[in-house]
Amino acid sequence: MTVAEVVFYLLALLSVIAAVGVVTVPNVVHAALFLILSLLGVAGFYILLSSEFLALVQVLIYGGAVATIILFGLMLTGGRDLPAVGPGAQWPLALLVSGALVVLLLTAVLNTTWPRDAGEMTLISINTLGSVLFREWLLPFELASLVLLVALIGAVVISSQEERES
Amino acid sequence: MLYLRRLRDIIHNRGDPVLDEFGRIGILLLFALLFPSLPLMISYLFRLLRIRPEAPDPVKMDTYECGVETEGDSWVQFNFRYYLVALIFVVFDVEVVFLYSWAVAFPDLLLVAYIEALTFIGILAIGYIYAWRKKALEWR
Repeated sequence: MTVAEVVFYLLALLSVIAAVGVVTVPNVVHAALFLILSLLGVAGFYILLSSEFLALVQVLIYGGAVATIILFGLMLTGGRDLPAVGPGAQWPLALLVSGALVVLLLTAVLNTTWPRDAGEMTLISINTLGSVLFREWLLPFELASLVLLVALIGAVVISSQEERES
Repeated sequence: MLYLRRLRDIIHNRGDPVLDEFGRIGILLLFALLFPSLPLMISYLFRLLRIRPEAPDPVKMDTYECGVETEGDSWVQFNFRYYLVALIFVVFDVEVVFLYSWAVAFPDLLLVAYIEALTFIGILAIGYIYAWRKKALEWR
């Protein structure tokens, strides 16, 4: 096994265990932390695939922004009042459905003859990405800041409205 | 499927420039994980070997060694106003994604990129000033 292979299996183990943790842990905050761990594991896959920009986006957006929103949502709602998450009364039915789905997916994967040659994947470094973004796609880039501006102003307006109502 | 194929290529073929660079970061990460966890593991091992005595004490096991004693649960309902801080953070977090590629490509572009990024940040600064003027950042 090469080093990359070992790293891949370690990352896969980490992501899968964390993903299982998300749905099995009774505490919602712990589940959110497991979710962050799983998403960071996916960032590791992107690095293994030499897509460093995607890895960066994964860490910043999923590991940073999405995780922050989820954690803030939990903090603001006061999770103590929520009942502990656990298997409900419908678990045999859920087991049946998900088990059938696993069998279906596995047979589909095993019976498909995957194409041997999927073509060459072009790797784009952050450097070329930045150059193209700032030379050829300047207007969309500046428009992105306008979209962010709208989001920012929207957040301020909505929060000040709710303040007035309360 | 393209990615799986690519992954297989990488696994059987070393010398990828990006992977080589991140390999060094991986070693650093490994060291960063081992450095704090090793003393804990050694301590646990010593307890198993009965070299280290085990004497739990309510003062010793406290979360903070000094200062005000902690009271109640750590999981309480926080003030709603924090949500605005989270939303503003998300907006600037997305901004960083764009600025990261800008920072890396900067040596090739120089003055043009400088003006472009200033425009980008300037538009977002309007939102920041708006939030400031609306007193959204003040605690009420």
